[in-house]
Amino acid sequence: MTVGLGKDLVGLAALSPEQITLILDTAEPFKDVSERPIKKVPALRGKTIVNLFFEDSTRTRISFEFAEKRLSADTVNVTSSGSSVSKGETLVDTAKNLEAMRIDMVVMRHYSSGAAEFLGNRIRSNVINAGDGKHEHPTQALLDLLTLRDKFGRIAGLKVCLVGDVLHSRVARSNIWGLTKLGAAVAVCGPRSLLPRGVEALGVTVFEHVEDAIQWCDVLNVLRLQLERMEGGFIPSLREYYRVFGVTVERLEKAAREITIMHPGPMNRGVEIDSRVADGPHSVILDQVTNGVAVRMAVLYLLAGGKPELADAAKRGAAPD
Amino acid sequence: MPRPDRSTILDARALSRALEHMAVAIVKLAHGTDHLVLIGIQRRGVELAERIAKLIETDRHVTIPRGALDITLYRDDLETIGPKPVIGATHIPGDLAGKHVVIVDDVLYTGRTVRAALDELADFGRPKRISLCVLIDRGLRELPIQADIVGQVVPTNPGDRVDVLVKELDGRDEVDLIRAVPKGVTA
Repeated sequence: MTVGLGKDLVGLAALSPEQITLILDTAEPFKDVSERPIKKVPALRGKTIVNLFFEDSTRTRISFEFAEKRLSADTVNVTSSGSSVSKGETLVDTAKNLEAMRIDMVVMRHYSSGAAEFLGNRIRSNVINAGDGKHEHPTQALLDLLTLRDKFGRIAGLKVCLVGDVLHSRVARSNIWGLTKLGAAVAVCGPRSLLPRGVEALGVTVFEHVEDAIQWCDVLNVLRLQLERMEGGFIPSLREYYRVFGVTVERLEKAAREITIMHPGPMNRGVEIDSRVADGPHSVILDQVTNGVAVRMAVLYLLAGGKPELADAAKRGAAPD
Repeated sequence: MPRPDRSTILDARALSRALEHMAVAIVKLAHGTDHLVLIGIQRRGVELAERIAKLIETDRHVTIPRGALDITLYRDDLETIGPKPVIGATHIPGDLAGKHVVIVDDVLYTGRTVRAALDELADFGRPKRISLCVLIDRGLRELPIQADIVGQVVPTNPGDRVDVLVKELDGRDEVDLIRAVPKGVTA
């Protein structure tokens, strides 16, 4: 009956619908914690968590840090610049050295796809993937799912379209896994050069034109054009991209129904999304940010308590009060 | 292994009588209802607090503020029992400063739940006084905590279980004691 998460959170591809639902359900009470006069509970008191960021991040790192602090964990931030990583130390060496200082969890962002799983298989601490290359960004997809569930009361049956740079987007991959597992219909839309070859194999519909996507969907999740991952040649120009794929008020006005707008941030206003849409009445972009803290608290809490050796200890006795 | 032995300690009528006594005792303890706040501990404590509050309200023609506390995140045993599947709601009715908070729970056992509840309440404010009211005191405390008001004392052994059933959640009102080892058999 008991659903656990195991040792690491690498991606949503490996999780069952029950595990995803458990995280979303656990996130609900954590939303309230952030609204209390004292925004802190002692659940992870005495745990040490390292936020190991090999790539720049503001939102995700701060969101994880708030989540950790509101659970009373002790946290350390390590970034690649200004640490021994920039002196050529390998990922495993860095992590093993941190582990030698008796840490409990590592939250890692890395530029290589698969880095989180690689690390999780080599250290004892729990590893949470905060984005690995073009692979997955599970907590982002979880907060997107939570935001959709808040808004619609369900995920099953929703029509969600991911628009834009799907090729470089770990957010898109995690969202596709999470949404399809919970029964939503998923589509992608963007220039062919920014859609991964064979994306249909993941069970998604492909729209060539953003106008068609808008006619079909309940929700548009507008992806960031990842200019830093493009070495040129993917799109003719930002202006042309906005003209053809930009999510604008004019395009949304033609929709048969109100469309909920999501964006994982940081936004390129005037490139993939019109400011009037981002700030408009149907945007849930800031709700996503609020939910991010709750979802990360839930993941940290579930992983911290879900160690296999602890489950064994529980079986030997020590029944709860 | 011997079969567990289930016996009913309180039936629906006895449970309802116990709650009436507890309601009277709470009003007496708080010298009236002016500053009284009832806070139930999730889950069955919340139902019991609700019923006691209604009894007091009917009797005294007042409104009793009540809240709910889920102490899961304040437990000291996440390490040993693992996370609880789903955490219930915590709701505190307004500012607790100057109030007399009565914590209501179904069973008082080791005292660890109450310890966690006191910690959690402290994060919501500073009541003038906090009292503890439980339906069943089954003994076997691991902390220096005692209830101010007890519905019924039931001596138990560590392996036993006390099940409090309430209509709202379980379909009927009843308190059962499940003995790990039948009476007369030494473990």
